[in-house]
Amino acid sequence: MYYREAGDFKTSYRKDQQNFPIRFDRVHFWTMMVLAFAVIPFFINDYWANAVFVPFLIYAIATLGLNILTGYCGQVSLGSAGFMAVGAYASYKLMTSFPDLNFFVIVVLSGAITALVGTAFGLPSLRIKGFYLAVATLAAQFFLVWLFNKVPWFYNNSASGQISVPRRDMFGIAITGPEASAATKYLVCLAIVFVLGFIARNLTRGRIGRSWMAIRDMDFAAEIIGVDPLRAKLSAFAISSFFIGIAGSLFFTIYLGAVEVGEAFGIERSFLILFMVIIGGLGSIYGSFAGAAFLVLMPVLLKNALVGGLGWPSDVAAHLEFMIMGALIIFFLIVEPHGLARLWAVTKQKLRLWPFPY
Amino acid sequence: MTSTVTPDGRTIGDVLLEVKNITLRFGGVEAIKNISFDVREGEIRAIIGPNGAGKSSMLNVINGFYHPQEGEIFFHGRKRNAMKPSQIARQGIARTFQNIALFKGMNTLDNIMTGCFTHMKTSLLEQAIWWGRAEREEYVYREKVEHIIDFLEIQAIRKTPVGALPYGLQKRVELARALAAEPKLLLLDEPMAGMNVEEKEDMCRFILDVNAEFGTTTVLIEHDMGVVMDISDRVVVLDYGRKIGDGVPDEVRSNQEVIDAYLGVAHD
Ligand SMILES: Nc1ncnc2c1ncn2[C@@H]1O[C@H](COP(=O)(O)OP(=O)(O)OP(=O)(O)O)[C@@H](O)[C@H]1O
Ligand SMILES: [Mg+2]
Repeated sequence: MYYREAGDFKTSYRKDQQNFPIRFDRVHFWTMMVLAFAVIPFFINDYWANAVFVPFLIYAIATLGLNILTGYCGQVSLGSAGFMAVGAYASYKLMTSFPDLNFFVIVVLSGAITALVGTAFGLPSLRIKGFYLAVATLAAQFFLVWLFNKVPWFYNNSASGQISVPRRDMFGIAITGPEASAATKYLVCLAIVFVLGFIARNLTRGRIGRSWMAIRDMDFAAEIIGVDPLRAKLSAFAISSFFIGIAGSLFFTIYLGAVEVGEAFGIERSFLILFMVIIGGLGSIYGSFAGAAFLVLMPVLLKNALVGGLGWPSDVAAHLEFMIMGALIIFFLIVEPHGLARLWAVTKQKLRLWPFPY
Repeated sequence: MTSTVTPDGRTIGDVLLEVKNITLRFGGVEAIKNISFDVREGEIRAIIGPNGAGKSSMLNVINGFYHPQEGEIFFHGRKRNAMKPSQIARQGIARTFQNIALFKGMNTLDNIMTGCFTHMKTSLLEQAIWWGRAEREEYVYREKVEHIIDFLEIQAIRKTPVGALPYGLQKRVELARALAAEPKLLLLDEPMAGMNVEEKEDMCRFILDVNAEFGTTTVLIEHDMGVVMDISDRVVVLDYGRKIGDGVPDEVRSNQEVIDAYLGVAHD
């Protein structure tokens, strides 16, 4: 199979702006989708769902969300996990208050509530930039975790201070709670990722996406073109938080099932999502998926190699895992700050010339 | 109606923009001192003056980056209140910058498409679904942008990241982005600075063609006197924030104060 765009002439603007202008990419994408939707569900087991696929899909949503804010609109945020917590607690409150509400409606509403909260915390971005904004979002992170710990209403006064997901069915199949099967959890997340990926791609390629990028690249030039910085930044915060809120909702309802806020949504998780964005590639949809996959798979692979393969004690392996992850992140920041997305673009460029590089 | 016809056959209409007794201070520095002039529909109006005369500041006042302490601005005959630059853009004023201000993370096409922002209407929801109106609108404006791309002869660099372009082409892309807004009034801050003779000639031709084809009223800051005298209908001369001359190129050229203050300096 040759990776070529020769002979693939664009005869209309529609064709020129389609999602995968090169035929090879198109075929590749749809093959992946068929695999993901029609093959993997039959083979997936609890281990693969819980260790790899479900966390990957959920982190992909969060990474898309943060990438919209940071990669596309240029606003740094260290509050991602705090906003995930908003999504999680919104789902919990909605599920316990309205037992008959459809699960997908709950997920979307949780995203919407997080969008409102995120927009409110985005207000300082109108005045402050860069490092100072990062600090402000850090404050949001700590405030939100504190809030969910402190106010019993959020966890329905439960003695443990934890929230745990009630069982919800759809078409007679459990999708949340301990009875939910691996394939169901996987498919629910996959379907949501598919829709959100489509939305992210659409938003970033049109008028609104360009207004975000304009603000990111040169804010005063964006203004003279008619982009209102207030609307551009707040819409980026809203959309970003919507995604992250949904990620938080799924993280709680599908992945963990029971959540203690400081543990599940602490600052480390905010950093993890930021690393996924950076390693994947700022301002790239593909990169968001690549970054999430990389940082979810890496620890799993390392653990299997070190503990399973070499027979090391698991605590030693865990420490080494941290070191290797740290080294990889530094490596990426230095060698390829544009992330996996750029590496892939460069590879494609080479493939295009292959096998005659001159 | 007080329209006149220029020797080369273009029609110049009513006053489109009038600035009246504008004074702009930065702390103690008076960058603009009580300046008034008008710009008529369809004309190419030049602003000239030595470095630091206040030319760029004047454009910044017109497009709303700076708010003058005194004076009034009339656009389309109506007095304009203090507005944000983005609101002024929506009224139909576009500009380019003395130091190129392109969106470095985007390619040429996206930079120019961004220029259409004020005209595009689809909502966030429609954009998210990319069905029907959002998609159609994108292609409508893509076609307009392609027209501008052809017009400015930059087809070959459509998909090139703007950071990778040579200086002269970046200036051209910036002009394209401003044109994509289909402005009533186009403000150009030294569009030919730092260009070689050939590039300057191209740029002159584009400015004249834009004016002729779209009837775009243009305010132009330029240091090259030859260019200014060639392409502008009327010239304002600033010096140390004051206006020292205003009129058709020949008038300005023979104005003694202008010769002393500006041309004199240039020939020192
Ligand atoms: N934001 C600002 N703060 C303080 N002073 C300013 C500011 N902008 C401009 N000035 C001052 O106003 C005066 C006019 O500057 P301006 O940039 O308008 O000159 P110019 O005519 O465009 O010059 P040039 O030919 O060098 O571009 C200068 O003395 C400049 O230092
Ligand atoms: Mg200037």
